[in-house]
Amino acid sequence: MTRLTMRGWRATLAGACVIALGAGLAAQKQQINGAGATFPNPIYQKWFSEYNKLHPNIEINYQSIGSGGGIRQITNQTVFFGASDGPMTNDQLIAAPGKLLHFPTVLGAVVPTYNLPGVTAQLKFTGPLLADIFLGKITKWNDPAIAKVNPGVTLPSTNIAIAHRSDGSGTTYIWVDYLSKVSPEWKQKVGVATSVNWPVGLGGAGNEGVAGLVKNTPGALGYVELIYALQNSISYGVVQNQAGEFVKATLQSVTAAAAAASGSKMPADFRVSITNAEGKDAYPISSFTWMLFYENPKDKAQAKTMVDFMKWALTDGQKYCADLGYAPLPSEVVQLEMQALAKIKVQ
Amino acid sequence: MSLTGRARRRRAVSAVMSGLAFSSVLLALVPVALILFFVVARGISALDLNFFTQLPKPVGETGGGMGNAILGSLMLIALGALFAVPVGILVGVYIVESGGTRLASLARFAADTLNGVPSIVIGIFVYAIAVLPFKTFNGFAGGLALGVMMIPIITRTTEELLRLVPMSLREGALALGATRGRAVFSVVLPAALPGIITGVVLALARIAGETAPLLFTSFGNQYWSSSLRQPTASLTVQVYNYAISPYDDWHRQAWAGALVLVSLVTLCSILARMATHRLQRMHHAA
Amino acid sequence: MPQIRTGATDRFFRLGTGSFALVLILIVVGIAVVLWNESILSIREFGLKFWVTERWDPVAGDFGALPFIWGTLYSSILALILATPVAIGIAVFLSELCPNRLRTPLVFLTELLAAIPSIVYGLWGIFVLVPAVRALQLSLPDWMTALPLFSGPPVGVSMLTAALVLAIMIVPFTASVAREVLKAVPMAQREGAYALGSTRWEATRVALHYARVGIVGAVMLGFGRALGETMAVTMVIGNDPKISWSLFAPQYTMAAVIANEFKEAVEELHLHALVEIGLVLFVITLIVNVASRLLIWNMTRERRPRRPITAVVPAEESAV
Repeated sequence: MTRLTMRGWRATLAGACVIALGAGLAAQKQQINGAGATFPNPIYQKWFSEYNKLHPNIEINYQSIGSGGGIRQITNQTVFFGASDGPMTNDQLIAAPGKLLHFPTVLGAVVPTYNLPGVTAQLKFTGPLLADIFLGKITKWNDPAIAKVNPGVTLPSTNIAIAHRSDGSGTTYIWVDYLSKVSPEWKQKVGVATSVNWPVGLGGAGNEGVAGLVKNTPGALGYVELIYALQNSISYGVVQNQAGEFVKATLQSVTAAAAAASGSKMPADFRVSITNAEGKDAYPISSFTWMLFYENPKDKAQAKTMVDFMKWALTDGQKYCADLGYAPLPSEVVQLEMQALAKIKVQ
Repeated sequence: MSLTGRARRRRAVSAVMSGLAFSSVLLALVPVALILFFVVARGISALDLNFFTQLPKPVGETGGGMGNAILGSLMLIALGALFAVPVGILVGVYIVESGGTRLASLARFAADTLNGVPSIVIGIFVYAIAVLPFKTFNGFAGGLALGVMMIPIITRTTEELLRLVPMSLREGALALGATRGRAVFSVVLPAALPGIITGVVLALARIAGETAPLLFTSFGNQYWSSSLRQPTASLTVQVYNYAISPYDDWHRQAWAGALVLVSLVTLCSILARMATHRLQRMHHAA
Repeated sequence: MPQIRTGATDRFFRLGTGSFALVLILIVVGIAVVLWNESILSIREFGLKFWVTERWDPVAGDFGALPFIWGTLYSSILALILATPVAIGIAVFLSELCPNRLRTPLVFLTELLAAIPSIVYGLWGIFVLVPAVRALQLSLPDWMTALPLFSGPPVGVSMLTAALVLAIMIVPFTASVAREVLKAVPMAQREGAYALGSTRWEATRVALHYARVGIVGAVMLGFGRALGETMAVTMVIGNDPKISWSLFAPQYTMAAVIANEFKEAVEELHLHALVEIGLVLFVITLIVNVASRLLIWNMTRERRPRRPITAVVPAEESAV
């Protein structure tokens, strides 16, 4: 290369850099990072995409890494907001460098999914039955305990391959929270957390990973958020609730479960569990999912943007829920949240 | 057994062993063929203009792509090279030209050690020094992780090639009055440069396919990365996320991403090979 | 006068490049320091018990690395057993037996195998290898599946799948290093063998015997690579921290658990336990790599000039 072309090269490169920088400055995009639960990932991605269409300079980047990840990263302050299906425990809240607030965003259901070629009927499960299967006490599909609840269905002798989460997950939290309520043995042996010591099973990463495992493994039984089962056409079962009814996870049955947290039963910090709810229409494995914000965040501009976003999500955003298999929040909860949003310091 | 009988048996054994050696080559080629076949067959259908230009779309919407991930990967690799190439070459220069000091042997040992460190461990290291203190996942951390992985490869290549440069070249330069530094940078290094560039290309190919060190450094981004101080999407991480998902559309895109990765790496290997051939011809002519 | 000037700039050159060497050393030391610091809680809590406990319970805060150490060693050793004969066969063929015209394309193809990114292996593993292993398992006769080695439900994601993927990944790596080692064997050795009337194979055996230390080094390098492999393994191994002899049981490796749980470990102790696993992995791969490099270096040291990895053939050959 002659000297002349080298100089020419450098000038071109410098020019390109200036243009890029100028373009970057001109765009003035605001990018806000969040991470957490995979359970609401489909609706969050929809929300952020729609919000970006309304406000093209606001890019909310959400990475679905699991509820445990959401709690960890918001505690480390490596993201602006977290998301979790399992409310933070008191210990976790104390460990955070500032006060964290929970805001429910949608309601969802966790369903038992299975892959049984040849079985077309929708299988019925009871709470104690699911606990026993996940404890490893029941290993074959044609076990009498399963057959008893599913009269008339020919169950194969295939081994049950449990699929659970390998990452820290709020979906897991909801699932084991329910199992702990219906099975004292589960509560004592395994307990409730976003990550537990599973007695048996294969680990998949994210709701996506478990759905993938179930879809690819004949004889598999796993648990996923309803939308993952619907979108992947994986069979899922109905579960018996506290009132004794076998209820399918639908918008109505999930909303009925949310009634368990209505009125005075909703705590001020919104941390409430609605699994195994009373009421004959309630789906027993329902839950709120929360976004986590600091009460006094460092970046006030981002705080303002997110508060505005939340106001949109809790009102207009709720109309996207039904298509994705989530139940919208009860209006009284929304009202309480709008008041609570004022707590976040935006100046 | 008669002498000819033994000879015949030995020749038979030799033929069998040659056959086995050849069949092991064939055996190794089977997975190559299978992988390439699947990657091309399943990836090509999803490889359209959208794939290269569009952002990922929410689940359920079609027409999304990996444009930001491809750009992000290029940015991270460039950043890694920017860090690793000067460091790698200069360390290689020091090891060869410094005359066998203690520091040189330590540096060699360090390069060999670093070469064997699992990429996930490098991810932990970079997370601790480049993500936590800044309280954000960022592209710089991802580039740093990739760069750290490239350094030992470049160092080793530089070292090997510098050793190949005949002493007479160095002595000539020094005899003409050049300082050590001048001799190296104006005479020796340029002589070894083509081979070093080959080594850099190979190092690039190696880290272009890395996923683990990016998982908790550059993290991921659903949008175009306007700043490396923010989380940055990368092709490898995106392929991983899509691969373990249950959505068919995402699976197809994952295969397409894999196809892009494999093409990129193959291209680099071919380039490196061609450069090596050129070098061989040059040396034989000399 | 010019001498002093030269001395000063020479020192500048030395210091300048030397400082980069120092940076490299600092990076390696830094990795060790960071790993130690970020795992100190776990080290203090569990001590040496960590290495032999078979429990991984984030709820109870009780952690032990044994299932992961088991999974890593089992998968890597199995991969080694599968890959080594093939790798040595390739090395032997390419360096001793291959017709010259075929050599370049074949070497290129093996390099290609080495260059395929780990994530692509993982992707191929999930969608092609896992169903294949599942089908294999279903086709086994009952007496075989009764054995502990082959027991378990046919899920497909298993130790065997992981070992297969690892084996495919380390074959080209070990083969190319073994080839380098074989090239360093002086021609005189082979020529001597031929002069004594040996067959192709026998001459090769002589070369292999001469290079045996280096070949062991090459195999160990492949082993080191397998130990640290993350993505391809975590996608096909099943991610279940249980110790099992069965090839078909889902298991877990050190690198895989770090990749899965690192971003999400909520409790400090959990995070520190994961980093301690990283520390264990670092130390093990360090030992394996250093040992193998020493072996190879010892073997190829006699030959000057050293063979570069870009395989440029120098003009002169050292004749004996």
